[in-house]
Parts: sequence; C-alpha cells; structure tokens
Amino acid sequence: MYVAAKGGEKAIRNAHKLLAKRRRGNENLPSITLEQIAGQLSLAVDRVMAEGSLYDTNLAALAIKQARGDLIEAIFLIRAFRTTLPRFGNSRPLDTGEMLVRRRVSATFKDLPGGQLLGPTFDYTHRLLDTSLAAPDAYGEVYDQADPVPAMSGEADPAEKMPRVTDLIGAEGLIEASPDEDGAEPFDITRAPVSFPVDRATRLQTLARGDEGYLLALGYSTQRGYARSHPFVGEIRFGDVEVVIDVPELGFAVSIGDVQITECQMVNQFKGSAEQPPQFTRGYGLVFGQCERKAMSMALVERALRWAELGEEPGAPAQDEEFVLSHCDNVQATGFVEHLKLPHYVDFQAELDLVRRMRREASEKSPADEMKEAAE
Amino acid sequence: MPQNSKKDSFDNEMPARQAALATLARARRDELESMLGRLSPLPAASELRPAEVGLVMLRGRTGGDGAPFNLGEATVSRAAIRIEGGATGFGYRLGRDIAAARHGALIDALWQDEARRAAVEAALAPVRARLAAEAGEVRAETAATKVDFFTLMRGED
Repeated sequence: MYVAAKGGEKAIRNAHKLLAKRRRGNENLPSITLEQIAGQLSLAVDRVMAEGSLYDTNLAALAIKQARGDLIEAIFLIRAFRTTLPRFGNSRPLDTGEMLVRRRVSATFKDLPGGQLLGPTFDYTHRLLDTSLAAPDAYGEVYDQADPVPAMSGEADPAEKMPRVTDLIGAEGLIEASPDEDGAEPFDITRAPVSFPVDRATRLQTLARGDEGYLLALGYSTQRGYARSHPFVGEIRFGDVEVVIDVPELGFAVSIGDVQITECQMVNQFKGSAEQPPQFTRGYGLVFGQCERKAMSMALVERALRWAELGEEPGAPAQDEEFVLSHCDNVQATGFVEHLKLPHYVDFQAELDLVRRMRREASEKSPADEMKEAAE
Repeated sequence: MPQNSKKDSFDNEMPARQAALATLARARRDELESMLGRLSPLPAASELRPAEVGLVMLRGRTGGDGAPFNLGEATVSRAAIRIEGGATGFGYRLGRDIAAARHGALIDALWQDEARRAAVEAALAPVRARLAAEAGEVRAETAATKVDFFTLMRGED
C-alpha cells in the first residue's frame, strides 16, 4: 500500500537511541575526548572546519565525534550551527606574508629567501603502515641510524621575512599581478543568492568551502588534458596568521587571535598580448587548517575557471563555472542525494498510476493494429 | 568628541592598548583568572551589554596580495565591561569562551586606569613570555626541517 508517511515516532526515537549506542561503541573503553580528536585527528578537524566554513577546532572535534567520524555529516552539523549565530562583522584580509610559517615549499625555486621548510608532512614518507603505532601511547618516533638523536631544533631568526614566491618573480614582471582592490565589498555567497557568471572573489569563496574530493578530481582532470594549464607549485605555505578586526566602539583595529591556514600559489603557463609580453598566469588556493591537497586542487580549478579572462578555449568540465560551482558544496549535494531515501510514497504512487495506465493502453491496442505493425 | 588633550593621549596610548588587547585575546582562561587574582582587589564593574558569541567573516586576498574575498567564518566571543565610575573595557577573542572574553574586557578597563596600568602590564608579562616561547618553539622545530634541494648537473659544462 502506498500512503503518505505519518507516525513512526517511536521507531525514530529508538533509532536515535541505537545510533547513540553505536556511537559510544564498547563501553569498557573510555569515550574519546574532544581534546584527543582535536590533537590526534587534527587533519580531519581541519577538513571539517574548511568545508564547514567555520573556524573553531573544538566545535569541529565535537561534530566529528557526534557524526561517528563521518566527515560530511560533521560538516553538515557545523553548517547548521553557524546559522544560529549573529555576524559581528568582517576581518581585515589575512596577511599570509606575515605568517608564522610551519611549512613552506616551492617546486619552482629551490633557493628562496627563508628557505624550504618541510614541516610536518607525509611527503617523502614511505607509505608503509607503522605497526608500532598500534600500541597504546606509541609515539611513532622515526628511528634513524644516521641520526640517532634527532635534533628537533634548528636555527631560526624570528625577524627573517618569508616573502611569497609570487612576490619574488612578480617583481620582475614575469608573472601576472594579483587583481587590484577596487574598494568594493566582496560578494558573500552566504548572504545573497548567486547568479552566474560570477566574479573571482565569489569563485574563491565557493571553492574554499567546496568538497575536497570533488575539487581533487576536477584539478586532476586539468592535469590530464581537460583544460591543461601546465601548472607548477610556486609555493605552498601553512602556518598561523593573525586575525584583525575593526571594532567600531574602540575606533581602532584589534588582533583577536590566530588561525591556521594553507595557501597554494599555482604558477601556470603563459599569457601575452600585443600590449603585454608573455607572463606566467596564476591560480590561487586558500583553505582553513592544514589542507594541502585541497589548497592545490582549489588553485588548479580556480585557474581553469579563468579561461575567458585569459582568452583560452572553453570546453573542459573544470572550465564550466556554473557546473563546477553549483556542485562543489558537499552539504547541498548530500542533502539532495540523501533526501531520496526519505519517504516518497505519494510521488511514487503517482508514478505507479502512470506506468499502470501506460501498460494498460499498450495492451488495449487492438489485435488488428498489432498484426499491421508485425507486417511492416 | 573627546577634547584635544584626551585625543592626544588616546593616540599615544592606542598602540600599547592594542598590544595589551592582542595578548588578552590569546591568554588562556586560567591565565586570565590568575591575572585577575594578581590585580585584586577589583573595583565594582558591570556588563555594558551581555557578553555573546557570534561570527566574524575572515577574508583573504586573491593571490595573497590582491582584491579581498570571503574565506569563511570564525567564532568570536565579545564582552564589554564598565568599571563603576571608570573606563569601559572590551574583550574580543576567537572561540566561544565568554567567561574569558569578560575577564579580558575587565582587564582592558583596568589597563585604562593609569594608576593600575603598570600592574596590568606586569600581569600580562607571563602570558607574553609563554606566547613568545611557543612561537619560538614552532620556528625552531620548523627550521629543523629546512632542506637544501639541489639539482644534478647534466654535464653541459
């Protein structure tokens, strides 16, 4: 029987109780703490903050615990939470040039001022499972015969500046400049509906909260030839930047804390014109937390979306602004995909009636008609 | 509008007050509590408006140095506290610790009292030292991972 859904309250309540029980797991083991999640699963926390579009490590850790480690569910929880809070205002733009750098590499310049700093990276690891980590309280310390007591302390000059690589090659005019500030407030996709085409600021905001896997696939597609742009990592940097806001009642700017972000400057092949000799072009990625794969993917896709401005041929999936931006939000996407499992009994009843009628009409065709068709 | 002499002292004091507010925003709640302990007895004070948690939209710049765009939001707590017959202090900090924002606002109000300022600055010193030590540790650890990549000669010369 197909009827509208009503009732089921008791089943739903019990399902939620069962969910809580499964989430808790073996009760002979201690419940995982938010500090443990934030401290030991920090890259999962970073991803939830980036795609939840809300910087708050403690909240992201709570969301991961509540969602049993389902990161898209956790991102959904964070997005729902942010709608409950008032907006105090906007920060001054974060200055990535003044970052307390925890990692900074360039694939294009080996000798850059401030140096190449690997930081805490999976790069150059052997990707072999480390069974020693299975023991409780295991540190996973790297044993090295050549350096049995690793000195975790290098010479660092706090006054040393780490200019962005793009500023270095930009000085020679070999790379296009960033778009100038025109004094206008940047569009905010959380405040106004988006209509296409959109400007670069809108693309960047949308991509910054976009799904990592989706952007990874699209970025990869550009490398495989769908809108090829011959990219190099000009620079990736990760670290702490200061958040500064203007407080009207004080009449001056106040530094309210630090956030960790990853920035990727992708340097791509040339663009020149009659007026402007050839220059490298750029794609930009900026993401909350240590989300390097996402920052790189974002920069590749951001560059591909600039095809019209750079006079390139369109046609590849990653260049289709409306398609790329309309489908990169995993909360919207999961909402629409997953709603299919909710009761659709009335809709489906209508479809059933329709298919029955079509079948009836097909069978009511006169035998003479069928003979005629068979003869043809 | 404040009179000129007041305005001058506002301009002169502003960098020092900004520095104090930046430290208060990064102080842990237990550090703020021990600061208030050091600064007691505390004057009577009341909330100018209820302390609250909200959001600030963090902005980035296209290419790192270009036109701004909206990156995503962060939680922020804020409080405003007036000392009876005295100054109003403000507390703004990332995160959702309203009590810490209140402590920060009260300490900012105390800082504005010239008779108490030296004591407030002295109480801020351990927090500043901790923050500097943590940043120094990050720099030293990171510097230990500094590499010198070299490209192999192809034998052209």
